[in-house]
Amino acid sequence: MSAGEMSLTATIDRPRTARRNARRLRLALVGFVLPVGLGALWELAVHAGLSNGRLVPPPSVIFTTLWELARTGELWVHTKATVARVAAGFVLGVAAGTLFGALTGYSNFSRRILDPTLQALRSIPSIAWVPLFILWFGIFEESKVALIAVGVFFPVYLGVMEAILTVDRKIVEVGRAFRLSGPALVRRILLPAVLPSYIVSLRSGLGLGWMFVVAAELLGASEGLGFLLIDGQQLGKPAQIVAAIVAFAVIGKVTDWLIEISAAPLLRWQDAYGREAREA
Amino acid sequence: MLVLENVSKTYPNGVNALEGFTAKIRPGEIVAVIGGSGCGKSTLLRAIAGLDHATRGAITLDGDRITAPHEKIGIIFQEPRLLPWLNVADNVGFGLNDLPRPDREQRVAAALSRVGLADKARVWPRELSGGQAQRVAIARALVPQPEVLLLDEPFSALDAFTRRDLQDHLLDLWADTRPTLILVTHDVDEAVVLADRIFVMRPRPGRLFEEIPVYLARPRDRASELFEALKRRVLTALDRSLDRSVPDHQGKSVVGEGMWW
Repeated sequence: MSAGEMSLTATIDRPRTARRNARRLRLALVGFVLPVGLGALWELAVHAGLSNGRLVPPPSVIFTTLWELARTGELWVHTKATVARVAAGFVLGVAAGTLFGALTGYSNFSRRILDPTLQALRSIPSIAWVPLFILWFGIFEESKVALIAVGVFFPVYLGVMEAILTVDRKIVEVGRAFRLSGPALVRRILLPAVLPSYIVSLRSGLGLGWMFVVAAELLGASEGLGFLLIDGQQLGKPAQIVAAIVAFAVIGKVTDWLIEISAAPLLRWQDAYGREAREA
Repeated sequence: MLVLENVSKTYPNGVNALEGFTAKIRPGEIVAVIGGSGCGKSTLLRAIAGLDHATRGAITLDGDRITAPHEKIGIIFQEPRLLPWLNVADNVGFGLNDLPRPDREQRVAAALSRVGLADKARVWPRELSGGQAQRVAIARALVPQPEVLLLDEPFSALDAFTRRDLQDHLLDLWADTRPTLILVTHDVDEAVVLADRIFVMRPRPGRLFEEIPVYLARPRDRASELFEALKRRVLTALDRSLDRSVPDHQGKSVVGEGMWW
């Protein structure tokens, strides 16, 4: 292709991409119609005196509460505490899950040894560990981080093991035919092949991490968004509870999105079917 | 010279996939291996590729005993088996990792334009048609310049037009460096159009049944009398290899049938 042709296609492409982006934006906005509409209706209902909105605060009260929490700096303290716990638990859980998943996926022997025990542990509802963790690690950070790590561990472990077990044998054979040694086979064939399911398992692990941080903080904490929930309940401040829930939703979504966009350049090769379906 | 001496393969479950296969294949020769299912033709190819081990016998290339994949032996599978996370150019260059980057890029570009896909270098494999993907696989196997190229039913998943096209194209590419080609197929037409020698195999246990030389000048006319006669000869050998009664080959059972079954 000559330079002239290249610039020609570029000029043709630009309005098309712009139009596609505009369309994508419109489609994304459609998703806001229901929650924003419901919020507006409730706001009107409270203002019209149809309800006092004490137990179900209207959006304006929630945002005022959030704003107050942010202004006094309280919101940052609590958010920081929660994010730090999730981050520590996530890192530990991902490290252990990746290690054990790689081991059991790669070697049949370690799978026979480890997998039955890990599967049995997985069937325990993780909250059941809390009393034991408190005895082992105390009531401060360690027990909370341990609980989150347990929550993150299992989806990552399962995801990595499954991904390695389901790598296409035919593709691995291509690597062998090109005389790749063990480490090169792992780096050039196995890692790229398991990457898509690994990203998925990281995202579900992170989701569980957020779930478990709430459980951990509800069971006793002096700071953290979970503490705001309990505090709001004990002091009868529903707006604070909803504000904390909103904060959880926003941070959860943002962290998930961070994984998604940092993985996106690595997964461009994947079949575009899913992406197109979401855009349509 | 590729020498196969008494190559045999018995699977752990006791199945005799291949028994006592012996042949000498000259450099630059094109050999087609044809036979019914279970005749050991893929087993033979995988043993030469070093992907499976023969349980008895020896395979040597220019005196080197083949026990693992060898740098002078390339393979093309039935499916393209492109790595989906590499673009077309990186797939073609997959076997050239030891080369400095400019050399690699230059050879990849040359190989891609040789298979007529120069404009697809930056495209992902999923965006290719079946025929294009198989061309990329051919380029990938040829770019390290193997002395022996193994092909395991490479065109069987393609439609008839694409298949013919790629058969001609393969001969074209072969003429560049004249590697030895060993082609496993169940398509009689394909064997006769490509090969200098056709090995007809018989099943249970898999062994060489008959060797048919093809003395036709290239390019070969698929419609010529001689071509038809050779096809009939291969078909007769296949039928006898399965202990079938030999049909009357003046009849129509053969005419126009590219595939054997």
